[in-house]
Order: sequence, then structure tokens, then C-alpha cells
Amino acid sequence: MGFKRKKGDGDGEEMESEVRGRPSFNTAERRNVILPSMIKNKDKRAKVYAKQKHEKKVEKQKKIKARDAAEKQALELGEEPPQKMVPKTIENTREADETVCRPDDEELFADIDADEFNPVLRREVTPKVLITTCRFNSTRGPAFISELQSVIPNSDYRKRGTYDLKKIVEYAKKKDYTSLIVVHTNRREPDALLIIGLPNGPTAHFKLSNLVLRKDIKNHGNPTSHEPELVLNNFTTRLGNRVGRFFQSLFPQEPNFRGRRVVTFHNQRDFIFFRHHRRYIFDVKEDKQSGAKGKDGVAKERVKPRLQECGPSFTLKLVTLQHGTFDTKGGEFEWVHKPEMDTSRRRFFL
Amino acid sequence: MQNDEVIWQAIRHNHCSYMAKIETGIFCRNPYNVTGICNRSSCPLANSRYATIRDHDGFFYLYMKTIERAHMPKNLWERIKLPRNYEKALELIDKHLLYWPKLLQHKVKQRLTKMTQIRIRTRKLNLKTREKVMTMARRDIKREPRREEKALKAAQLEKSIETELLERLMKGVYPKILDYPELVQKEVEVEEEEEEEEEEEPEIEYVEGYDELLEEVEEDIEDFYGGFQSKESHLDNDDDYDFEDDEDGEEQVVIHKKGRALKKFDGNGKSKKKSKVVVEVEQDDGDTRQILKSLKL
Repeated sequence: MGFKRKKGDGDGEEMESEVRGRPSFNTAERRNVILPSMIKNKDKRAKVYAKQKHEKKVEKQKKIKARDAAEKQALELGEEPPQKMVPKTIENTREADETVCRPDDEELFADIDADEFNPVLRREVTPKVLITTCRFNSTRGPAFISELQSVIPNSDYRKRGTYDLKKIVEYAKKKDYTSLIVVHTNRREPDALLIIGLPNGPTAHFKLSNLVLRKDIKNHGNPTSHEPELVLNNFTTRLGNRVGRFFQSLFPQEPNFRGRRVVTFHNQRDFIFFRHHRRYIFDVKEDKQSGAKGKDGVAKERVKPRLQECGPSFTLKLVTLQHGTFDTKGGEFEWVHKPEMDTSRRRFFL
Repeated sequence: MQNDEVIWQAIRHNHCSYMAKIETGIFCRNPYNVTGICNRSSCPLANSRYATIRDHDGFFYLYMKTIERAHMPKNLWERIKLPRNYEKALELIDKHLLYWPKLLQHKVKQRLTKMTQIRIRTRKLNLKTREKVMTMARRDIKREPRREEKALKAAQLEKSIETELLERLMKGVYPKILDYPELVQKEVEVEEEEEEEEEEEPEIEYVEGYDELLEEVEEDIEDFYGGFQSKESHLDNDDDYDFEDDEDGEEQVVIHKKGRALKKFDGNGKSKKKSKVVVEVEQDDGDTRQILKSLKL
């Protein structure tokens, strides 16, 4: 056998560029770039690859150093430091959605005035919630339900029996409930949440995942029975706005700040994270801020709230939102999740 | 010539494509089979005189085959529609299968009974609501938890909750009875000091400072609209807690009533008002200082 010819020779490169159908580069240039994957000898290949990685790393470090030095210099001179580059995140590069709520949208205000949550949100009606399960009960169901009861004030639990859901809706309407929550279980775990607003409010079907009960949280706290404070983050689009108000309508609108309970619904990439915290007193921390709003750049005291998690934590994902109460056959669906909506990684609906 | 025995031997001992062997027994999947079991007497292929009952569109039909038509497969099975009434159907079967072997008659009647029961049950069930099991593509099932994890990391929940609570504290949503008023006052003092310093400076420089303050205010407003709903709710609370200050230690119920009675605006109105105030600040160059001070609570 002859020598093993390194594939990184001129012939190999030309062939390679032909094979790949690329516009033919300057062969001189190509000669410098040897793809490690082209080398058949494992030893040599590993070495070449390691060397390439090292070179890249060194280059990157050089760039970072240069950037830092430039910034420092500019600060010392008292000039504006060069613009900090913002990394691209999925949230940054999210597809522009025309349904994002703008602050000056008259139509939005009109809609809000006319929607179903208004009576509750304007405190004309106190929210009263009925919790029930699906027909087959499960092991983890009751624990979750009792925790839900502790989170949502003014909530009752009724066993399901084999009543039709529509009948349950009527019963709840008669008894003046403002919302009905059905916890659906699958494979002995709570799986879905069906929240129905009453009397003729929308029906939202959520997929429940990642449920952590209170006893499974480390250093959990026990919630009091004061009315909680709500935090709704990141509900930007019209649909998100509606869902956010839906959550709002489950809770009474006068939070008892003395109780220091916070209930958070945080929307991120169409996943709604639910958390339940107990606030500690706000801590004062010595904090050095340079170049931020503190124009002195001197040690500044910062106030920081400390949270203790209590109560369940889970994730919700909206599956369908229906206009009236629960009616799968005849109802009007405002939003249904279809698999074809998932084709773009930068598109979110809430 | 049609010889049933030969057919049976050929089918059963070699291969019958209708035979289904399960752990509980040997079954026949032939649609014309009366009992459903693979048997010498129940095999429709190995019996030249045979009868079944089949269901079509909710009606029962009696199917019969005789050896006289064995050479005409197209017209092999004779079909008779059975009446809805169970007893009348039984009589009809008796009439048609009059001189047929007892076993066949018995089996056919058994089948009729069974099928009527099934029919009754299906109709009852259709009246009730049944849950339908929806399936999701496996690819999606696997993809969701992955995406959820990444979203969780991107969310930085604790940080965002803390910033939100801090903002509310700064805005003065929480009543001053609670034990961090000093902290809030400190912050406010610090900011006021900065304001005063700028006022003392010559006018040109003050204008610059004013712009920065404006930015702060604008940013506040942007945040304000970013967390639109939450702000709405807390704004309403804001008003309520103004009243609580005056009457300390009152019960929740009383406050609630008073809140309702004294409410003369709607949440949106208030928000609009606030935004209008800011607009005035931007346009006016004159009495900005005083308006700013009032904003700072």
C-alpha cells in the first residue's frame, strides 16, 4: 500500500467543492481550510480538531478582552462606553404578531369593557369557584385539589359522580358560582385543567404538566388564608390578555397585602408557569452599580424581596379557548391549538 | 361436488384464513359465522346448509344458504329482513328454518337475542356523553417537555417575580403600615436629593437632567402597559388602600363595601387618566417640576 494520502490535498478539495455544488472558491483559500472530518486517521484527526478548537477559543478570548479593555478605557475617559451587544434570544427574535396589545388601543379598552370578566374584575361580584374532577378519580388527584383549594380563596370541591359536564355547569350557575374548574386526570396524574367561566363565560382547556405538590418542595411554607396578590407576566397578545383576565377573575380583587401571598402566572413561550409564594420582608442589600441609573456609581442600597415558595407549582399550556360554556359539538371556538401552528420556533400566541 | 367433510379437513388441518387463535380459544372471523367459534358445525364454508343473522344499518337480516345454490356463489346467500319486534322475528325464523337441524335453529335464535341486546345497549349509550380519547403525535409529546424546560430557564421566574414586587413597592401599592416604609422613603429621599441637586445647577444642565427623569417616567409607563392587567388590578387596589389608611385596623369586609360605594370610576378610566397626565408633562415645558413632584408620590 502506498502512503495514505491526506484528503486535504488539492484534488480532494476540488472534488469536494464540485460534489457539494458550491461556487468554486479560490483553491489557494481552500487549501488552508482542512475539515477535520476529511481526515481518515483518527489520531491525526483528533489532533487537528483539538488544534482548531483551541485556535477558535483563543480568538474568542482575544475579542472579549479587547471589548472589555475598550469599555474600561471609555469609562475612565468619561466617554460613553461602546454599545453593549445584545444576544439574540427567542424572545428577541419572536415573530411579529399583529395582535399584540398596544397601550393606546381604543378597541382593546372597548373589548375589555364588554367582556365576560367585567363583573368580577370590577368587584361587582365576588368570585366563587367550584372545583371538581373527571369521572375517574386518581391517586394524585385529591392532594392537588386540596392544594388548589388553599390557593384559590372561596372555592368548593364537589365529587364528580357521573354527571354530564353540561349538567354540572347548570348546577353551578344555579348556585351562583363564577367559575368552574375541572381537574382531569390521566394515568393517575392530573393532566388537564378545564376552567369554565360562568354564567356564560369562556371555557379554557389547559394541559397541565410538571406538577409539584407542596410537600415535595424543599423548604416550603404554609400559605395563610389571606387573599393573594396576583402577578400576571408577559401576556402580550389579545389572546394572552383574555387568558390573563380569565385568571384574574378566579381570584378576589382585593388582595390583602398584610398576608403577603403572591400568586404568579408567568407566560413564557406559550407556557404559563404557576407559582405561589409567601413574601418575606424586603431585604436591603448593599449593591454596587456602575453606570446604571445611579449616576454616582457608588455602593447603593438595593431593596430585594425574598420569596418562600409554598403551594403547588405547575405549568399550563392552552389547548383550546371556547367562547361559551363547555360545548364541544356546538360551541364556537376562539382559539384551537393545531399542530401546524408549531411549525415555526419563533411564533407564540399568548 | 360439494363434500363438506373434505372441505373441513382441508380448511381446518391445513390453513383457514378466517381462523383466529387466541389464548382463550379458537375463533372464526368469517362474517357469516353464527357463533363465532371455529367448529365443524359452525363453519359456514364447511356446511352446505347454513343460516346466520347479520346486522345492517340497525336492521337484522336472516341469511340462508342451501346446497342447491352451491354452484352459484353470487346468489348463494338468501337474505330476509327481520321485523323490529323480537317476538315476530323469532316467529319468522321458526317459519323459515322449519325443517332445518335443531342445532342451527337454536344457534340462530341465540344470535338474534344477543344482537337485540347489543342494539338496545348501543342506543342507550349514544344518549349519554362519552369521553373521546384524543391522541397527539409522538413527536409532539416528546417535544413539549423539552420546550417547557427551556422556557422555564428563559423565564427566570424568581427574578421576574421579585422585580415585579419591587416595582409595586416603589409605586406605593403596599400600604405604609407594613414594615418597609422606611426603605421606600429612603429610596424616595435619595431620588429627591438628586432632583434637588439638579435644580440648583445652572439651567442648561438642569434641562439635561430633566430629560433623564422623563426617561424614567416613560419607562415606568412602558412597564405599566407591559403588565397591563396586573397594573389594572393594583390600581384599583391603590384606591382602596387610600381609604384604609384613614381608618386603621378596619375589617376587610367594611373596606370592601366602602371601596365599592366610593368607586366612581372604572379601572380603564384611571389608567387613561394617568396616561393623560404623562402626556401633559411631555408637551408642557413650563410647570413640569411641580407635576413631576406630584407623580413621585
